[in-house]
Amino acid sequence: MKRLSGFYLLSLVALILPQIFPDNYYLTVVGVFATLHIILAVGLNLLMGYCGQISLGHAAFFGLGAYSSAILTTRYQLDPWLAMISGMVLVFIIANLIARPILKLKGHYLAMATLGFGIIVHIIFVQTEALSGGPDGLGDIPTLSIAGWAVDSDIRWYYVTTISALGTILLSLNLIASRSGRAIRAVHGSEFAAQMMGINSNKTKVMVFVFAAVLASFAGSLFAYQQNFVSPDSFSFFFSIELVTMVVLGGMASTYGAVFGAILLTFLPELLIVFEDYEMLVYGAILMLVMIFMPQGLFISLGHQLTQLKKNYWPNKKPAGDQQ
Amino acid sequence: MSDYILQFLISGITVGSIYALVGLGFTIIYNASDVVNFAQGEFVMIGAMSAVSFSIAGIPLIIAIIMAMMVTVLVGFALNQFAIKPAKGASVVTTIIITIGASIFLRGAALLIWGKDFYSLPAFSGEQPIHIAGATILPQNLWVMGISVLLVSAVLWFFKYTLLGKAILACSCNHTAAQMVGINVGKMMLLSYGLSAMLGALAGVLIVPITFSSYDAGIMLGLKGFSAAILGGIGNPIGAIVGGLLLGILESLGAGFISSGYKDAIAFAIILFVLFVRPSGLLGHEHQERV
Repeated sequence: MKRLSGFYLLSLVALILPQIFPDNYYLTVVGVFATLHIILAVGLNLLMGYCGQISLGHAAFFGLGAYSSAILTTRYQLDPWLAMISGMVLVFIIANLIARPILKLKGHYLAMATLGFGIIVHIIFVQTEALSGGPDGLGDIPTLSIAGWAVDSDIRWYYVTTISALGTILLSLNLIASRSGRAIRAVHGSEFAAQMMGINSNKTKVMVFVFAAVLASFAGSLFAYQQNFVSPDSFSFFFSIELVTMVVLGGMASTYGAVFGAILLTFLPELLIVFEDYEMLVYGAILMLVMIFMPQGLFISLGHQLTQLKKNYWPNKKPAGDQQ
Repeated sequence: MSDYILQFLISGITVGSIYALVGLGFTIIYNASDVVNFAQGEFVMIGAMSAVSFSIAGIPLIIAIIMAMMVTVLVGFALNQFAIKPAKGASVVTTIIITIGASIFLRGAALLIWGKDFYSLPAFSGEQPIHIAGATILPQNLWVMGISVLLVSAVLWFFKYTLLGKAILACSCNHTAAQMVGINVGKMMLLSYGLSAMLGALAGVLIVPITFSSYDAGIMLGLKGFSAAILGGIGNPIGAIVGGLLLGILESLGAGFISSGYKDAIAFAIILFVLFVRPSGLLGHEHQERV
């Protein structure tokens, strides 16, 4: 109960908010994007934060999921749920195929390889016009319906994506607290030492990579059904970078950090609109300043500050335990 | 057929020279500070754009180019001073995000100064094409290749034979040890960022008569330079040059013989393949993990 108390609090807030603001643009429109980003960032955080493997091509899996759903439902009239599952199976296969050779690489070489993979997939989306609709994208994607309950309004989408995101968070929290989670963290510490303790480090890395990829594909399918439209722009190199930024800005190796980063980076551009022409400048400056002064990420650094404050006020009390 | 190959080789080597210069800039900064500087492409853009602006303002080309170099070097100094130095000791991923933040910041500044228009310089010495064995070379291609060769040789000479160059290399081996023998590490870092920015600016000035430039032109060039440095084996200057030329030629041949839409995909697929076979790049050394 104590381990998951943060999760229960988060769920409560996420589900009460729409009761208070049912028609709020920031909640039901931007909020839906935020929850999709949470699914992506939490998945990527498992790979980057906990397992220590950078990926600059995560948008590719998001895009593969979205395009699988889009193409199978519009061109082959497949049921949206079946299309979503087909996308996840496809991504499972692709991720498994590339994970082994790619994850043998380390550091900057791994960054390069994942970056290259992301760009190749993006180019394929643009170039295979007959199938993907090319640069103009693909529209008229049907929406999901859950046992006859069509997800066709902003508020309904908010509930669907929020519950999916909460499920992802729970999955991540439980995975990290499990035996496999400890293996993942051991690989991050030192692959060599992990192997000495009998952990198959290659298998662990591949497992996390594939898991994060399939999660991204799931989010991609939701995105396609929610937007009713996909175009290659949503899955470019920039989006991959943005996902990495969410994870790092929030705080690596912290599920809540990834959640925090995803929410923050989704809302930041909305808030920066007031700066008009200076938007890009301010965005870059914020990114730099946060990382320079809080290299651990916002969530973790703020957490430390709070712990410190608590210590100052109640010196005898034991400081709070590690964040999940 | 062979005419085509020659023609593609010429354009490939031209673009490849630029990638090599950007890749060399990556290598210098990486060696000095262990940072992969994702704002490297922005140096190229700033160099090109400010040279165009000075030239439009009526300043003779050669002086405009020198001024553009100085502007870019100052940006390089500022990047080191205000973004990299305060974040000393941060993890690799954190520094990557810092340099990405810096590149977005610089792009934002460029957008304010130059807007979204495309800019170009006139070619350095006319547009009269030269015909060689069925292929055509523009004088600007020769400028790009010639100056790149000069620059690369100068940089290699600098690191091999001058005291200053050796001092920078010493810093890249071990900061503390370099400090112990009396090298001012902070100054050397500043110098490497300046040198790297200067190479980027020159690359931008050389290529802008051929490809035009706009506020976001740095992104793709930066990516290609990074790919060049990685392909050759990061940290190895010769590797960056080989990687850059190879990347340029691959792209050009891919665009010519297979499909121009897929040219980047072809280049990246080959890089992936090379990395699968040689995980530390073409000329890189295998890194041993210590426990």
